[in-house]
Amino acid sequence: MTYLATWGGIAAIVITATAGDVLQSRAMKEIGDLGVIRRTQGIAKVARSVLTSPRFMFGLLFMALTFFCLMATLSWADLSIVGPASAALTFIANAFAARLFLKEHVDHRRWLAAVFVFGGVALLAR
Amino acid sequence: MTFRKYLTLAAVAILAACGDFCLARGMREFGAVTLSNWSRLFAVLVSPWVLMGVCLLALFFCAYLSSLSWADLTYVLPATALSYVLMALLGKLFLHENVTTSRWLGIALITIGVGFVTSGPSLTSGYANRVRRGIETALGDGGRRCP
Repeated sequence: MTYLATWGGIAAIVITATAGDVLQSRAMKEIGDLGVIRRTQGIAKVARSVLTSPRFMFGLLFMALTFFCLMATLSWADLSIVGPASAALTFIANAFAARLFLKEHVDHRRWLAAVFVFGGVALLAR
Repeated sequence: MTFRKYLTLAAVAILAACGDFCLARGMREFGAVTLSNWSRLFAVLVSPWVLMGVCLLALFFCAYLSSLSWADLTYVLPATALSYVLMALLGKLFLHENVTTSRWLGIALITIGVGFVTSGPSLTSGYANRVRRGIETALGDGGRRCP
């Protein structure tokens, strides 16, 4: 497969993964600490809370799309390229999306970590 | 952050790397999937390697959701970035992929980045903090409002 096909697959993974991550994160914040819910109300309540969340289900749809994009891309490209490259770009996309949609405070420490992880993953993908 | 929460983050990293490794191993046996034979993606679900990968990734997903319930997305993602390091190591050891000097340097950078983020607070988002304080309940908006 061509270089273009590999990076096209990686782009599809990044877009669907970012959408899935943001939706899942928002859904989990709405539900609350799963560990606390499990201890106080049981595992059935955890499952019910998660599975009845519309945002969770929508996020799950995007994660399923990510999974099929990943499987397809892994069939023609190395894991040591697809894994790190898609992860690095998803990481940066998520930092922007979390700031924009989840109102997370991305301070200097987190941006610095983002730069280091992005650089590291870019080197892994070479 | 409690020791149990650090264990959850470690589980996220390890399960993600092992799951992706199993998927890659399974997909190698089936060969390339293209737009002309995309339906083969469903056929590979009977591969033991792919099935094991799916099971590991399901466990990863549970640990990931749990961590997202008490930490920011921008904390969880870098804190679990060690999975990329494990992926490279598994690729080298079991799939015989080439890990060059620049990749080892990349592994070092990721480790430093993980150190940076894990030394900071795990939860900062205004929405999550409002949930923690129970403001939504007091307002009676069912948690639908955005910050």
